[in-house]
Amino acid sequence: MKLAYWMYAGPAHIGTLRIASSFNNVHAIMHAPLGDDYFNVMRSMLERERDFTPVTASIVDRHVLARGSREKVVNNILRKDKEERPDLIVLTPTCTSSILQEDLHNFAYRASLESSADVLLADVNHYRVNELQASDRTLEQIVRFYLEKACKKKTVHFKKTLKPSVNIIGVVGLGFHNQHDLSELRRLFGDLNISINLVIPEGSSVHDLCDLPCAWFNCVPYREVGMLTAQYLQKEFNMPFVDVTPMGLMKITNFIRQVENVLGTLEYSVNYDMYIDTQTRFISQSAWFSRSIDCQNLTGKTAVVFGDLTHASSMARILHSEMGVNVKWVGTYCKYDAEWFRNEVSDISKKIVFSEDHAVIAKLIKETDPAVIFGTQMERHIGKKLGIPCGVISSPVHIQNFPLSYRPFLGYEGTNQIADLIYNSFTLGMEDHLLDLFGGHDVLSSPQADNISSIKWSQEAILELNKIPGFVRKTVKKNTEFFASQQLIDVITVETMYLAKEKL
Amino acid sequence: MMNITDQLTFECETGNYHTFCPISCVSWLYQKIKDSFFLVIGTKTCGYFLQNAMGVMIFAEPRYAMAELEEADISAQLSDYGELKRLCLQIKRDRHPGVIFWIGTCTTEIIKMDLEGLAPRLEAEIGVPIVVARANGLDYAFTQGEDTVLASMAQRCPRKLVVSKNPTSNMDSWMSRKKKIRNTIQKSSVPLIVFGSLTDSIADQLSSELETQGIYVSGWLPSKNYADLPVIQEGSYVVGVNPFLSRTATALMRRRKAKLISAPFPIGPDGTKAWIEKICSIFNVTPKGLQHREEKVWNNVSDYLELVHGKSVFFMGDNLLEISLARFLIRCGMVVYEIGIPYMDKRYQAAELELLEKTCRYMDTMLPVIVEKPDNYNQLERIHELKPDLVITGMAYANPLEARGINTKWSVEFTFSQIHGFMNTKEILQLVTKPLIRNTTLKNLSPALYTTQIKS
Repeated sequence: MKLAYWMYAGPAHIGTLRIASSFNNVHAIMHAPLGDDYFNVMRSMLERERDFTPVTASIVDRHVLARGSREKVVNNILRKDKEERPDLIVLTPTCTSSILQEDLHNFAYRASLESSADVLLADVNHYRVNELQASDRTLEQIVRFYLEKACKKKTVHFKKTLKPSVNIIGVVGLGFHNQHDLSELRRLFGDLNISINLVIPEGSSVHDLCDLPCAWFNCVPYREVGMLTAQYLQKEFNMPFVDVTPMGLMKITNFIRQVENVLGTLEYSVNYDMYIDTQTRFISQSAWFSRSIDCQNLTGKTAVVFGDLTHASSMARILHSEMGVNVKWVGTYCKYDAEWFRNEVSDISKKIVFSEDHAVIAKLIKETDPAVIFGTQMERHIGKKLGIPCGVISSPVHIQNFPLSYRPFLGYEGTNQIADLIYNSFTLGMEDHLLDLFGGHDVLSSPQADNISSIKWSQEAILELNKIPGFVRKTVKKNTEFFASQQLIDVITVETMYLAKEKL
Repeated sequence: MMNITDQLTFECETGNYHTFCPISCVSWLYQKIKDSFFLVIGTKTCGYFLQNAMGVMIFAEPRYAMAELEEADISAQLSDYGELKRLCLQIKRDRHPGVIFWIGTCTTEIIKMDLEGLAPRLEAEIGVPIVVARANGLDYAFTQGEDTVLASMAQRCPRKLVVSKNPTSNMDSWMSRKKKIRNTIQKSSVPLIVFGSLTDSIADQLSSELETQGIYVSGWLPSKNYADLPVIQEGSYVVGVNPFLSRTATALMRRRKAKLISAPFPIGPDGTKAWIEKICSIFNVTPKGLQHREEKVWNNVSDYLELVHGKSVFFMGDNLLEISLARFLIRCGMVVYEIGIPYMDKRYQAAELELLEKTCRYMDTMLPVIVEKPDNYNQLERIHELKPDLVITGMAYANPLEARGINTKWSVEFTFSQIHGFMNTKEILQLVTKPLIRNTTLKNLSPALYTTQIKS
């Protein structure tokens, strides 16, 4: 047992439901007790969906406990088949059904004999995988199912498109800014003269999946969802894939270079140098911003970054390599993919954090005391408590992170958005400090008031400390006290402060 | 499809409906019982629900947490007792609660974790009372969670007033309680305990309404602190304030030998008046000025009544407040087509059902169909056919219905708003009229701009 107040990644079935409900005309049936269909509320609220979420529950109640589901699950599948006429019904296990150990495979099989829809049992174990891993698996499972089926029927379309084309894999409902990112990816590929063959799962039909091999290559914009599918397509259909996230100028360049390479191996030679140059210099404002005086002021400012694999690693890269910000540490809650993450960010920061415990992260932030945090909604709240500004860069998020306006994180427009996000987070902090400096408001208590350490400050030293600008005062105080405790000094005088400054 | 009859009709569907998991009760109960800590023993699924459904509250260091079961717990490689002891000691050390509630979930049911058996042992060992409530989605819906907690607490109420041996216990509250009880004994021969969790101010308002009639409430279940649970003796009178407390009522009657006053619930001025009248009748008091008080409330909300008059309502059903709310809205001049409700205890709600029927006759309007364990899919078809002016529903359906041009009100708001007593009549009507007013304001915006075609 584990005492837990908060979790970064949801339970497995959420991942499966996100994939199923992202496809068109796919219905998910959860084998779950009353109240477990909270997914519908989230989708309807966060995404402001106009349509009914295609998820229903086959309710597990006392009777099911006593006698087993018997015909209930099968009947519910067949009923949904008649009512909604979906192409595919995904039977979704939950934590409850995992321990009931009913033969859901058999239910799915029996229902598939009578239903006009295909029926699949999502192959995820609640106790072994989380939301993100489950979504990756479910997407691969569905793609594999339809391609294998089409292979048998010989209806797979192998013929490559005349011009270069790509499948975008892993754009999912309830994903962080996914819809905006998709528009930006479409634009980017359009500019590169590459047509989009298919986008899965968001908005696509399972019937289209047999067209997947027509694309020249695959693109997996997010590390969390789509890798398994891309690997499967590479193995079975010899399709190369690009798995760099085009977030931030360097990674966009890297992304385009990879596209160039992939096309090169397919004996289609392109050179995007001019394009990258123009976009970087004129379309994206971010490169110029990095050069401008504003950004000079960010040099050496401290930040910490925490989030999912994709966003935390890309954000840390941007801060470190494109803005000159000092990234004190970078971390992720996706412990299951630690090696990849470490590889991505090892040159950015010595300290790499893997944790699913928000209390650990809160403690680390407090100790580091950075000028700004980039994290999830949880880090935003931690920042609020500590008085540190925070830019939200990754799920889990609230409704305000499903903005109505165009806010991609990927592509060239994404770089502008991110530059604004970074700059605004810092300036808001700066504004606060300036107010402080000029005595705009007097909220910071004197060191004596919040001094819980045993070390005393002399009156003169307190006055001296109060002369120091607010935004560094806390650090100076901490450093001086640290120095004093090392030197076994009981009362800090002005002299001690100067000494500390010299020594530390 | 509409049965127009002169009697209430009861139907029962498949139970395929959307509602909150009953563990949600911890979110309001931990705020009500100030010295409590709620430990929900369940899985990530439970935790995910709580952190998302309760939104921002999670960040205010709530006095609740998950005891998240891992694979080793499920397969019994770890000892339940050892694990719970470890967590409860940690909670005791960090939070110093006066009581720890263990909320059993679907998982503890299925793996048959003997929480009721473990609790007394652990309680003796760590010196903190442990109350077990099985608020799981296998058996209950949403607000029934509170019912399971209060039913367990009912067993912990002292049988007689004892002076606490603990000198640090809150003497003041004990003194005032003692004084109140003395008063009660003076004024009415038998003590009266009100059950149901309301915010302190609403509880005080209702108590003072009764006091005006010369009836003194000797205690509330739950009390502000666990240490102040009311004395319940054999023969004490008990009365509920909420329609979902049937297990608590049963526990009070069977286990504590209390006498249940079956009354309509104090929701809306009509309900509040009927509630007080019924209590008065038990204590042989002739109510004073109630008629006048009710009329004044109705007059105060006449603007709202004009807005709702003649409009139709459809309750999809998810929180068991539905019968009382429907009764109130019918009295306000609305027409109720269907009352969906998760679970209908005809005995506990007898007086409320009677008042509902009486109200329909008085207003000369159709008697609604009461649908227990509704089927949301079928209900959506009925809504499509009936086109009611307002659908009271969960958040899963609200946006899709709005997109189809149907006004909705999110039902959960009725659970979290103050709706009891004379004072809060306006509050209920504000909730009900908000979508009507909003959509009138927007009428110049072509509906075609934001609605989708209904799938035929």
